[in-house]
Amino acid sequence: MTQGRIRARLRLSHLYTFACTRPEATEEGPHSIEGPGYSRIVHCNQPLMHKKKPFKYRSNYISTTKYNFFTFLPKALYEQFHRVANLYFLAAAIVSVTPLSPFSAVSMIAPLVFVVGLSMAKEALEDWRRFMQDIKVNSRKVKFHKEEGVFDYKSWKKLQVGDVVKVEKDQFFPADLLLLSSSYEDGICYVETMNLDGETNLKVKRALEVTLPLDEDASFKNFTGKIKCEDPNPSLYTFIGNFEYDHEVYALDPSQILLRDSKLRNTAFVYGVVIFTGHDSKVMQNATKSPSKRSRIERKMDYIIYVLFSLLLVISLVSSIGFAVKTKFDMPDWWYLQPQNTDDYYDPRKPVLSGVTHLITALMLYGYLIPISLYVSIEVVKVLQATFINQDIQMYDEETGNPAQARTSNLNEELGQVDTILSDKTGTLTCNQMDFLKCSIAGTAYGMSSSEVELAAAQQMASDLEDQDVERSTDFRQKGKQQEIELETVVISKDEMVHKSPIKGFSFEDSRVMEGNWLNEPNADVIMLFFRILAICHTAVPELNEETGSYTYESESPDEAAFLVAAKEFGFEFCKRTQSSVFVRERYSASGQTIDRWGYQCTIFLKVLWASCREFKLLNMLEFTSKRKRMTVIVRDEDGQILVLCKGADSIIFDRLSKNGRLYEEDTTRHLNEYGEAGLRTLALAYKRLGESEYSAWNNEFQEAKTTIGADRDLMLENIAEMMERDLILVGATAVEDKLQKGVPQCIDKLAQAGLKIWVLTGDKVETAINIGYACSLLRQGMKQICITEISSDAKEVVKENILLQITNASQMIKLERDPHAAFALIIDGKTLAYALEDDVKQQFLVLAVQCASVICCRVSPKQKALVTRLVKEGTGKTTLAIGDGANDVGMIKEADIGVGISGVEGMQVGNAVMASDFSIAQFRFLERLLVVHGHWCYKRIAQMVCYFFYKNIAFGLTLFYFEAFAGFSGQSIYDDWYMLLFNVLLTSLPVISLGVFEQDVSSEVCLQFPAVYQQGPKNLFFDWYKILGWMGNGLYSSLIIFFLNIIIFYDQAFREEGQTASMPALGTTMFTCIIWALNCQIAFTMSHFTWIQHLFIWGSIATWYLFLFVYGRLSPSISGNAYQILVEALAPAPIYWLATLLVTIACNLPYLAHISYQRCFHPLDHHIIQEIKYYKKDVEDQRMWTRERSRARERTMIGFSARVDAKIRQLKGKLQRKQPSSEIHSPARSA
Amino acid sequence: MWELTFNTGIQTSKVAGRIVVVEHHRGDSEMTDSDRGTQRDRDSAKLQTEERNVTIHVAVSVCALPTLLAYLSSSWGVVAVRAAAFYMFTQQSLPACKPVLTPEWVIMTFLFIGFIFIPVGLVTLRASHSVVEIVERYDIGCVPEPFRIDKVSYIQDDSIPKNCSLSFKVPKYMKAPIYIYYQLDNYYQNHRRYVKSRSDKQLLHGQNQHGISSCQPVEVNNDRPIIPCGLIAWSLFNDTFTFIRNRAELKVNRKNIAWKSDREHKFGKNLSDQEDLIVWMRTSALPSFRKLYGRIEKDLNVDDVVVVYLMNNYNTYSFGGKKKLVLSTTSWFGGKNDFLGLAYVFIGSSSVTIAIVFTLLHLLSPRH
Repeated sequence: MTQGRIRARLRLSHLYTFACTRPEATEEGPHSIEGPGYSRIVHCNQPLMHKKKPFKYRSNYISTTKYNFFTFLPKALYEQFHRVANLYFLAAAIVSVTPLSPFSAVSMIAPLVFVVGLSMAKEALEDWRRFMQDIKVNSRKVKFHKEEGVFDYKSWKKLQVGDVVKVEKDQFFPADLLLLSSSYEDGICYVETMNLDGETNLKVKRALEVTLPLDEDASFKNFTGKIKCEDPNPSLYTFIGNFEYDHEVYALDPSQILLRDSKLRNTAFVYGVVIFTGHDSKVMQNATKSPSKRSRIERKMDYIIYVLFSLLLVISLVSSIGFAVKTKFDMPDWWYLQPQNTDDYYDPRKPVLSGVTHLITALMLYGYLIPISLYVSIEVVKVLQATFINQDIQMYDEETGNPAQARTSNLNEELGQVDTILSDKTGTLTCNQMDFLKCSIAGTAYGMSSSEVELAAAQQMASDLEDQDVERSTDFRQKGKQQEIELETVVISKDEMVHKSPIKGFSFEDSRVMEGNWLNEPNADVIMLFFRILAICHTAVPELNEETGSYTYESESPDEAAFLVAAKEFGFEFCKRTQSSVFVRERYSASGQTIDRWGYQCTIFLKVLWASCREFKLLNMLEFTSKRKRMTVIVRDEDGQILVLCKGADSIIFDRLSKNGRLYEEDTTRHLNEYGEAGLRTLALAYKRLGESEYSAWNNEFQEAKTTIGADRDLMLENIAEMMERDLILVGATAVEDKLQKGVPQCIDKLAQAGLKIWVLTGDKVETAINIGYACSLLRQGMKQICITEISSDAKEVVKENILLQITNASQMIKLERDPHAAFALIIDGKTLAYALEDDVKQQFLVLAVQCASVICCRVSPKQKALVTRLVKEGTGKTTLAIGDGANDVGMIKEADIGVGISGVEGMQVGNAVMASDFSIAQFRFLERLLVVHGHWCYKRIAQMVCYFFYKNIAFGLTLFYFEAFAGFSGQSIYDDWYMLLFNVLLTSLPVISLGVFEQDVSSEVCLQFPAVYQQGPKNLFFDWYKILGWMGNGLYSSLIIFFLNIIIFYDQAFREEGQTASMPALGTTMFTCIIWALNCQIAFTMSHFTWIQHLFIWGSIATWYLFLFVYGRLSPSISGNAYQILVEALAPAPIYWLATLLVTIACNLPYLAHISYQRCFHPLDHHIIQEIKYYKKDVEDQRMWTRERSRARERTMIGFSARVDAKIRQLKGKLQRKQPSSEIHSPARSA
Repeated sequence: MWELTFNTGIQTSKVAGRIVVVEHHRGDSEMTDSDRGTQRDRDSAKLQTEERNVTIHVAVSVCALPTLLAYLSSSWGVVAVRAAAFYMFTQQSLPACKPVLTPEWVIMTFLFIGFIFIPVGLVTLRASHSVVEIVERYDIGCVPEPFRIDKVSYIQDDSIPKNCSLSFKVPKYMKAPIYIYYQLDNYYQNHRRYVKSRSDKQLLHGQNQHGISSCQPVEVNNDRPIIPCGLIAWSLFNDTFTFIRNRAELKVNRKNIAWKSDREHKFGKNLSDQEDLIVWMRTSALPSFRKLYGRIEKDLNVDDVVVVYLMNNYNTYSFGGKKKLVLSTTSWFGGKNDFLGLAYVFIGSSSVTIAIVFTLLHLLSPRH
């Protein structure tokens, strides 16, 4: 740990200007902490004090499970019988043991036990997984102060408030801690809060001055102190407390608090005191309860169940009233029933009693209207669907070996109905890896490689132009050719890139500046300066990798690391940092020829491979803040020359250039625009030379300001810094690619074409987020950006008023927009969002956001992510999908209708996204297949399946009711008990399951080629009330046909040549045969995809019925009763039996067949057309038509590169038309 | 042709049981899409890095289950094809039949239904018309005029003789066998209380003390079980008919009117001869029903006058039920049943109509 020791000697705070300096003396006294909300008292280093009340706080044990051993049974049962249908079946099962039941008790109880048992087992398994995860977290080890200055390990769960812990580099903090001291002398440490807020840059925390001496184990022997602070709360960015130490009271603020689940970085170790443990910690307070999610279809299904319940109740009431009336008035005449001899409910003297008891019987008899097997079937189908998702080889990531995983299977169909995707950025869209890609130095652009966005856009454009060539007139073709030539260079360079072995963070490629060739460039001096700025102007710390001998850099932001890697590659290797100096090893030393330019002496010689270590004395550092958007260092080089080196956002730098420093401004601006368009993050670099006297004058002022005590100290510092960053000379600009994950732009494009809205919620800075927006084509040039920002004002009301005004104005602007192609983007940051999410503003905000093509929210906290998700979910009433990878996304993943976790590289994360998610995929790009293929399929499958289920149960259940009318409402069923039992279990279940598992309206390739087909889900074309009522009507019709045709055919005449008439079993069996045929044929007509499995199940079900009837009839009459030999002897030899079956089957299905034929021929849906094209093999024969149909099948989209390309083409067309005033008017309409 | 490249090497172990088969589509026909192309590149790149152990080419045309089966039976390919089939199953890309209702198909289907149904309907109608049926209601006619005001007390009064006669003329030649039915109306043989009140055990095994609890309320009489017990048996229809033609009695065969299986397996020795009971015990589905009484095995000629002497014992008067005597011949599909034929013709012709409408619509507004 030599490196660590060197660093330990640094007092970085002397260099920093803004972020972590504090005046030497505490200007403000301790916080006045009184009253409610500030009751917590922590006795430092005295955990024993916290063993008993009143200082006993919650332990550090965390539990995320829903149940425990004892609560499982009651709680899970409660959950199960929360479902109305289950409650009904429970009641039915209880009644079934009484003589009121029309069926045997077993046939009622067994299915219920099965259904409930299955669901509960699933719950238990899921909770068990959570429990195991908790155990893993709780048993992590941490070093704590045992006694007498000795530290020992103990597991996290045993940690107590007041414990002093020592956390080492790259470890997670086990609880919320007060930072006492660190390996750095000045008590600062770096913290990565990825898990909390998703921000990737490191944050600096700083201990109080008074605790700095406590920097080794032994010093804690006699350490005591007392913290008085706020009670546990979820706010990550605030903390108020006082620290009593050595009879003094010091104020504490968030910069001394290390939060649980953040990670110690770049710091060897820290000491801290535990303040909040377990569920009291801020991160756990932030955790939202994981709700049990149900899909839209399932929720709607409940309504249908209610409808069916009402129907059930109505027909039961009709039955029971009918029965009571019959019993009272007719029964006395029915001597053959011996009415005088009745006991209970057949007694004509007690018609009310018979009515009431019969109601119960009827409710059970018609229970077939409520499909109990629906729940089981849906569970089975969903598990199988989930298996298919897990097995999909195209969603298997070879690099990490992670397949896609459906962690909860009950949301499969919801995947097909997503309207808005809320995506995290880092780790989801991007790899959080910066690649130095291009630069512009002295007005010349360097860097041949192209960004992913450029590549993809070029590809898209090329293919698009091909399409257009076919349709376009020759004039246009010419233009097209021109464009192609422009594109060629870009496309070619793609191939080269493949060969290169990549250096992490560096994809730059240009022989003009590599390998020291820059020395031969005309502006070599400026180029050298450019590289020096890269190597010097930063806050990173180098770390020598002893194996390879090369340096790696630990920096606050990944950009800086990329710059340093780039500088190293160019031959300017940053190798050492001391308190006051930065050392750069320059490989290509220059000497000899001297060129004087702008007064800066620079010598250029032949390139010499000789490494000299140059020392730059670091005089001042004015570091980066999001407000300043720039960073400046003031150094003295070996020649004694004082240099001001500055890098920052282009607009900021350009404002601060001197008159003669604008030589390259025009070119650089052009390059910057190109880079921006290509989705790269850009920074401009500038410098100035400073005279000794000038510097010392400024420095005096600066030091004075630094030591000032007072409220306006920060302002003063800023003003003074401003003075230095003036009259700069532009050197050039850098372009860094925030590397997108593989396939992200394509995926976003496809998703946009599928009509999905994509919101990006990121913890990152606004600029970063905007850059990524460009990179993913969520933003493009020409898009109108609406930035909602807060004005700085103390009065909350004023700020809010202002934000509301901005929102209203923006809405107005959108309303007044005439251009149909105009697209808007909304960009808002976390602080503003806090106002926008307040109850009285959020509705307007949502309305505005929905009108925008893309929405980007920056610097949002996890809680806000969840709140935004809730706002979208509840405000629009549409299905939302949240996707993310870190613990900071857990809130929104839980909140959204569907949560998708990226199962990335980082395996160990507390309560990470994957654990909370409903689906996990290895890469963002798999989302396309997950939604467009699996989601679409699952939606249609489940929708059709549920519809069919209702159809089938209505068709069957109502025949029972009709029969009642002919049986004096006595509760007699025309079917044998066994038929009824097998109806749902065996005879109609497998076909419907095969529909739910295997149905494909179009193949997966077609789904991907025609993303617009996906819109059938969000528009809910297959499960709207029309569809449902249509199916119910169909069921009603079928039941009528089945019952009455059979009745009329069989009612009194002989049904065989031998003269026998049909008895109840014969009629019942025939009717049931018709039902089996009609229902199974119906499902065959519903399906459009038959593998051998469907064939087997459908035709097998019918065959099973005959087989069953045969076997059942063969059994001894004491078992089969009236069904004895019924098929062999009575029905099969009778032609009328078969004729009736055929007649009823066709009559039942004819209207449906006519309906779908009509719909297909005259009002076809998207998938009908595609199916037909495929059927005729048009896609093979007529390529043009296929492509045309494909481009038509895109949803109109404002984002994605298709939109970008469209916009570009519109722009070109506009130019062209202006050039050819009258001759060319014709312009083929592009896909819309 | 689908070419299946099947690999059992490294990948298998890596993906834990996942069998990887890279699928190439026939020719380049499907390669219209660039995404598809890149996907393919990825796949082939993947393959290059891995061992290829087995490569089989399976010809699977769409809907070609037989081909698959043929391969399954060939000795070499069994395992491989199974694995390939399993892979296709998990990837949801099993060969499938994808019927599409194109206008041609629609029209053909409806026409086909029509062409099947109309002839069947006509044949059925013809058969139905060949059946001769005579229905005579006798429940009122058999009550002497003075008793017609209170028919119930008449029927319940055992002292009044219940015999009665009716005569009818045969309208058409009736070929033997001629089936005799009695028809009852408004009689709820399908009432739950009625249907349940029987004991199949007792019917089969004769005297049985235990299995008769289901016979309520007619199970015991003076502590002795009633045989046969239950409401159904207790309420057995007991009108009798004697047929006279030209003063000669027409013999009525009352054997073989019940199902053979009922006689042989459901009813015990003592009861299996009572075929009228067996027929009665087969409860009817509807409150209006016919039951077979017997057969006349002689032809009846046109204008033959048949006189029926009957014992009008059965009480349908209390609940206002009708009683009818029915004589009917049968055709190959049973008794007179015009409805079936008409329904067939109706469905058939509506189907043809739909086909015509579709054709017209299609001609008037062709698609694409």
